[in-house]
Amino acid sequence: MLGFIFRRVLQSIPLLIGVSIIGFALMHLAPGGPLAVYTLNPTITNQDIERIRIVLGLDQPIHIQYIKWATGMFTGNWGYTFFGGRPVLWVILERMPATFLLMGSALSLAMMIGCSVGVLGAVRRYSVFDMLATSGAMVALSFPTFWFGLMAIYAFAIKLGWLPSGGMYELGEEDNIIDLLRHLVLPVMVLSLVIMAVWSRYARSAFLEVMHQDYMRTAKAKGLRAPARLWRHAFPNALKPLIALLGIELPALFSGALVTETIFGWPGMGRLFVDALNMKEYPSLMGMIMFTALFVIVGNLVADVLIAIIDPRVRL
Amino acid sequence: MSTDAVLRVRNLSVGFRIPGGSMQAVDAISFDLRHGETLGLVGESGSGKTLTSLALLRLLESPPAEFSADHVTFEGRDLQSLPEAEMADLRGARLSMIFQEPMTSLNPLMSIGRQIDEPLVRHLGLNHRAARHRTLELLARVGIPRPEAAAQSYPHQLSGGMRQRVMIAIALACRPAVLIADEPTTALDVTIQAQILELLRELQDELGTAILLITHDLAVIAEAAHRVAVMYAGRIVETGPVAQLFRAPLHPYTEGLLRSIPRIARIREAELPEIPGVVPAPGTLPPGCAFAARCAFAAPKCIAERPTLAPTGTDREVACWNPRNG
Repeated sequence: MLGFIFRRVLQSIPLLIGVSIIGFALMHLAPGGPLAVYTLNPTITNQDIERIRIVLGLDQPIHIQYIKWATGMFTGNWGYTFFGGRPVLWVILERMPATFLLMGSALSLAMMIGCSVGVLGAVRRYSVFDMLATSGAMVALSFPTFWFGLMAIYAFAIKLGWLPSGGMYELGEEDNIIDLLRHLVLPVMVLSLVIMAVWSRYARSAFLEVMHQDYMRTAKAKGLRAPARLWRHAFPNALKPLIALLGIELPALFSGALVTETIFGWPGMGRLFVDALNMKEYPSLMGMIMFTALFVIVGNLVADVLIAIIDPRVRL
Repeated sequence: MSTDAVLRVRNLSVGFRIPGGSMQAVDAISFDLRHGETLGLVGESGSGKTLTSLALLRLLESPPAEFSADHVTFEGRDLQSLPEAEMADLRGARLSMIFQEPMTSLNPLMSIGRQIDEPLVRHLGLNHRAARHRTLELLARVGIPRPEAAAQSYPHQLSGGMRQRVMIAIALACRPAVLIADEPTTALDVTIQAQILELLRELQDELGTAILLITHDLAVIAEAAHRVAVMYAGRIVETGPVAQLFRAPLHPYTEGLLRSIPRIARIREAELPEIPGVVPAPGTLPPGCAFAARCAFAAPKCIAERPTLAPTGTDREVACWNPRNG
């Protein structure tokens, strides 16, 4: 098992290097370039720009630029923001708790409800409940998140006035848990709706597939009752594809939800990315891309290890 | 028919609801399984053998499957009308089953030991320590070397023959009165096949379990069964003790089956005799004998009127208007 984890970690290293090269190249190919913010400013002369280019090392060949940047990344020097001149790593880490709170709540809520709905739908296939769950998931998946978000604000914040329309807390209420929870309800609701729909579909098909396996018939022929068959035999087998799905969703936990965070003015990493994009904050953008890539890789690593714990055949 | 039957099946039918009607796959079959005997249920693919066995344990999903019978009596109780909870108490305890595919019939994520513990805990009320103790005994009994190590292992680490032994250990863990073995050796190679059949015979002698052995392989029947019931197109066409039935088959279909077994000694005939034609598809059975169209001895009566299974001679039954060797 330890050997498996070790090998799997080693495999992620070239992957990470590959992702960083692609990320760097994409940013390099993007129109404008890091100096765009300065060229548009009439008070900065051409000589100034030339000087900045040399200071930032942009006059050097691209592979040297990449190596310098990658070394910086590796040693924790992620550069400084154009506006404010603060360390990028700090700016990103600062936003992490907010995103973590929002995504963590939404993801756990969605997983619990989505999986239960999916399992029930699989057990009672073609029942009224299953039909409703299936069409409900289709509706949730078909409408864009921003529309749901706006509708939720319109209904619950503007018309009913029950909940705040955005932000993370009222001014002066930074330590008030109740206030935080009130702000959390709408974005979590909107965000979890889509994730829930996805999870219910996955859970349903995973259970349906497992329930028709020969070993489920064996379990029934042993005289096991339905709950034992479902939880002891079907559940671990159906869990495998769901864990793989979690590995894909986990990075979203860290990179944040762009649309939801923007609509609800949630001060998370998703909004940081949108803001950085608007202001052509190259250092922040590069940092965000690498941060997300890192967690995609870590997420899949965690998923693989979890699957190996469940399934002895994977541990080879 | 004898009165000491442990499982008594009368007019069991299994059908499927399909768009625009229903399809009869097993057509009113009747048989008795006696204490301690092995009854071979033989027939070609699609003759309804497996459906019969699954229907007996009520393992078919219904719908789409539908089954009915005059009665299916097991130890004095009618399995048809038993509530599902009581049926679950019987399964794996008094009435067990092993399946054709040992490769996929065990849960891949659960250790062998836990899979054998399960019926012991469920039916005998053993605690986990006692169950594991019994599991190790069972593993040793079904001929698995180093039971402790085997109990810790997972299905993918065992060969097909070993897995079928594990299935047998699970099925016989609670000393059932009846074991239904659905093609237990089909997925195994011939030497392993003989070992498994031998193991079943030994365990039968020890436990007194009656076995319903379902197979398409007459060699398996000859080796392992006491009596045979031959199925054709969802019906039983002939029953009898193995030796007599093999020596002097009464039904032309049985005769054809026996003749089509390849024999090493038969050198003069270049070609293996076969039964002409194909089995009629379920739902397209003629009004008369289902075999009439392929039978060399068919008379007008065979096409018009369906023969029922009727006793002939000692302990034999046949459903034929013109039995052979009669």
